[in-house]
Amino acid sequence: MSSDLVSVTIDGVVVQVPKGTPIIEAAKQAGVLVPHYCYHPSLPSPAVCRMCLVEVEKAPKLMPACVTTVADGQVVHTDSEQARKARTGVLEFLLINHPLDCPICDQAGECELQNYVFQEGREGTRYGDYAKRYNPVEDFGPDVLYVANRCILCTRCVRFMDDVAGTPVLNVSERGDRAYIGIDQDQLLDHPWAGNVVDLCPVGSLVSKDFLHKARAWDLDKTASICTGCSQGCNIMIDTRDNTVVRLRPRPNMEVNRHFMCDHGRMNYRWMNRGDRIEAPLVRSGDRHVATDWDQALDLVRGLVGQAGPAVILASGGASLESLGMLKGMLAGRPLTAAVQVPLADAEAPLAGVPNLALRKERAANGEGARLLGYSMEWDPAVKVAGKAALVVLLDVALTDAEAAVVAGAGAVVVLGTIESQALAAARVVLPVTNTAEEQGTFVNRDGRVQRYEQARSAPGMGRPAWWIAAEVQGAAAATPAEAFAQVAAAVTGLAGMTYADLGVTGRMLRGASAAGSRV
Amino acid sequence: MGYPHPSHPGEQPLLSKYFGDPGARSYEGWVKRGGYESLRKALGMTRDQVTEEVKASGLRGRGGAGFPTGLKWSFMPKEVTRPHYLVCNADESEPGTFKDREIMRWTPHQLLEGCAIAAHAIGAERVYIYIRGEFTAEYRILLEAVEEATRAGALGADVFGTGRRIEVIVHRGAGAYICGEETAMMNSIEGKRGNPRIKPPFPAQAGLWACPTTINNVETLGSVPHIIREGGAWYKGLCRGNPKSTGTKLFSVCGHVQRPGNYEVVMGTPMKDLIFGMCGGMRPGRTLKAVIPGGSSVPILTAAEIEDCQLDYEGVAARGSMLGSGGMIVMDDSTDIVYQVMRLARFYAHESCAQCTQCREGTAWTTRILERILAGKGKPEDLELLLDLADNMTGKTICVLSDSCAAPVVSAIAKFRPEFEAYLNRTRPPVLATA
Repeated sequence: MSSDLVSVTIDGVVVQVPKGTPIIEAAKQAGVLVPHYCYHPSLPSPAVCRMCLVEVEKAPKLMPACVTTVADGQVVHTDSEQARKARTGVLEFLLINHPLDCPICDQAGECELQNYVFQEGREGTRYGDYAKRYNPVEDFGPDVLYVANRCILCTRCVRFMDDVAGTPVLNVSERGDRAYIGIDQDQLLDHPWAGNVVDLCPVGSLVSKDFLHKARAWDLDKTASICTGCSQGCNIMIDTRDNTVVRLRPRPNMEVNRHFMCDHGRMNYRWMNRGDRIEAPLVRSGDRHVATDWDQALDLVRGLVGQAGPAVILASGGASLESLGMLKGMLAGRPLTAAVQVPLADAEAPLAGVPNLALRKERAANGEGARLLGYSMEWDPAVKVAGKAALVVLLDVALTDAEAAVVAGAGAVVVLGTIESQALAAARVVLPVTNTAEEQGTFVNRDGRVQRYEQARSAPGMGRPAWWIAAEVQGAAAATPAEAFAQVAAAVTGLAGMTYADLGVTGRMLRGASAAGSRV
Repeated sequence: MGYPHPSHPGEQPLLSKYFGDPGARSYEGWVKRGGYESLRKALGMTRDQVTEEVKASGLRGRGGAGFPTGLKWSFMPKEVTRPHYLVCNADESEPGTFKDREIMRWTPHQLLEGCAIAAHAIGAERVYIYIRGEFTAEYRILLEAVEEATRAGALGADVFGTGRRIEVIVHRGAGAYICGEETAMMNSIEGKRGNPRIKPPFPAQAGLWACPTTINNVETLGSVPHIIREGGAWYKGLCRGNPKSTGTKLFSVCGHVQRPGNYEVVMGTPMKDLIFGMCGGMRPGRTLKAVIPGGSSVPILTAAEIEDCQLDYEGVAARGSMLGSGGMIVMDDSTDIVYQVMRLARFYAHESCAQCTQCREGTAWTTRILERILAGKGKPEDLELLLDLADNMTGKTICVLSDSCAAPVVSAIAKFRPEFEAYLNRTRPPVLATA
């Protein structure tokens, strides 16, 4: 391997990087972020913004760090006077036609133009006497607005649609300083992955209608999570403002979703904020439920669990590995049928330019984890069995009226739920549980990658994670999500011995699963 | 020949020998004048032999950069594992340049013969002639010539019975100056927006459709048959003492000379001979003020600087400019340099492809400042601002369009600063109504 490494000096730091690495990536290894706009690690580089020009010793002129590959013994200065002047010049050129409407721009606070100008731009303008270029705001499609005036023509959006989405509907129209991003006639930016252009846009030119004027970037709290939209397991950030989820964005994971997520996943967050939540443990009293405290509710469940007779778990395919596992553990020793509900869509929506990345038919995050734990995907038979069982535990599922009627025939029904549902009426005990945004946990994606998600908002009322409830019923079998995971993992081949620390922020493959595309 | 003027004794007509002779335009007429003999000869030589002959001639690219043609050909892979392409750059759009059009207009077969020889030398079976969209008459002439030559077997699937396939496709541009830049041209031929590409990869590695490609100018290719016919050594002898610049060169002289037109002279001819001899000098009562020697993209030379300036690559470079395309814009003392520079900047601002930030915004901004100066609204700091912008626009972009806009500005301010200052201190009345 060492023969494929070259040694370069970047701003005095010597780094060893593989041959063919662009200087801009090698610089990251040296702890140097070369300012850039058009470059993006998941897109081909056109080297058009000219922002990343750096001084390379022995080169006749400044070189674009994004397309210039390292050479052994190369000495690079990213912060020499020449390089700084070039960058300041680019920033000035970019600003002459930029509206500087930061106070009303969604990008403010996470804007690369704002950041770099702040870092090393000129203090004043030398362009003051002229009117700025003006183009009207254009509606590109379902969720994307194009604010042409803010555009710096980095072409990331065009390249995403051309080279990654494989649906080239965007273009650079016109020439010179009249240029703007155009959309092909009679076309909409309605590709299932089109929303990524908003993330890719380094300025506030492409904005999401859904997020428009919802929050200032600096008011957002960001939490690493996993998308719950399907079995792909795209890594995401949940952005919350005042404990409300306002936006989901992709979080880079080169093994899963690179820098992207689909629009289905992106828009799949409103349920996290629902107001009609179950906020306290409820116990049946005559024909109605009354609120109680955890002690009483847990005692009641312990009693039901301790009885004999067949039990059934009907759970959501979006429940965590911890919850599904601990729940099964809670009912160990009884004849048990366990099934998860995984909605199935008709078709996949792949992202052409990234291997093994698609919005999958299985529209639940943890179907694979459930399978590993021995849950069945056969939902209807399980519901039928539930109708005759001694005890049915429902975990955050939405039953149809007919299913609810069948389940009502069971000896006792315990509901671990987030929102009001049909199944509630028949329940002996209703326990408030957290949703994905309100707890820590792990999912296993369709390829066998075990990935953690973190808690993004606090749970309403007395809601608790389902694994905690199951652990308490078993006499405080686990006190933290990490302990719950360790306990659940211990019993599963491929997971045994894995810990939260192992999973890190990008997850870990199940032992025995191949790294990419085991079930393409 | 300074068509439509009679040939001047100081000229050495080689490419331009049949300018103005309609009989040379047809295939038969061209053959009668010795045409296609060089192609037959070249087909009897190996690829390397042809390339070596051209290398020996010292021929350098006539499109502007002056890169040695034979050397360029030798960059093409020896083994033809993928299609090789020859692209003939006939997108003559450089302001002040109008030599290629005459070659295509009068002697289309001269070009086709050169194309076929070059295609043979680089192992290409297909030649694209990318012709400027506005050249409608020349487009039709070329199309007819290709058809004739194909019918006669000089082009096509089996050239002169040698089994060699050389097809020529005439591809029209759509009016963008930037498509004359070789990598933008390849994008345009591929049906893409005409944006210059980053180099590397160079065209000989990955050019048209990512295959090995050579791009040559019309005049360059037109010179090739003469080199093959008479030999590289003969062509190399066509010079005036500078072995680095050989052969004849067409100069398109325009502006304030008595007889503007195309003049073909041996490399190294004094610029004054061309301007004051062949072109008849300035209009009566006028004196020479400045010359842009190589198309609009090169620095301006003053009258003093062209004294004893030799018309070859090194000679013009020694005076701080470039031979470029040989499009010579001559300006007499009636010329408003500030206005001329503004016109050039406006051209570049219009033609910028909009890829690189410095070019997209810089060319337009430069134009606005020059317009402001000409409107009498200039500010004392404007010249320093122009120079600083020019510095930011030079050597920092993918292609040289940005540099080309900056070069005339910088050289004009350096050499004609008082003219700018006259507008700035209001001693000269404004010539633009608004800015």
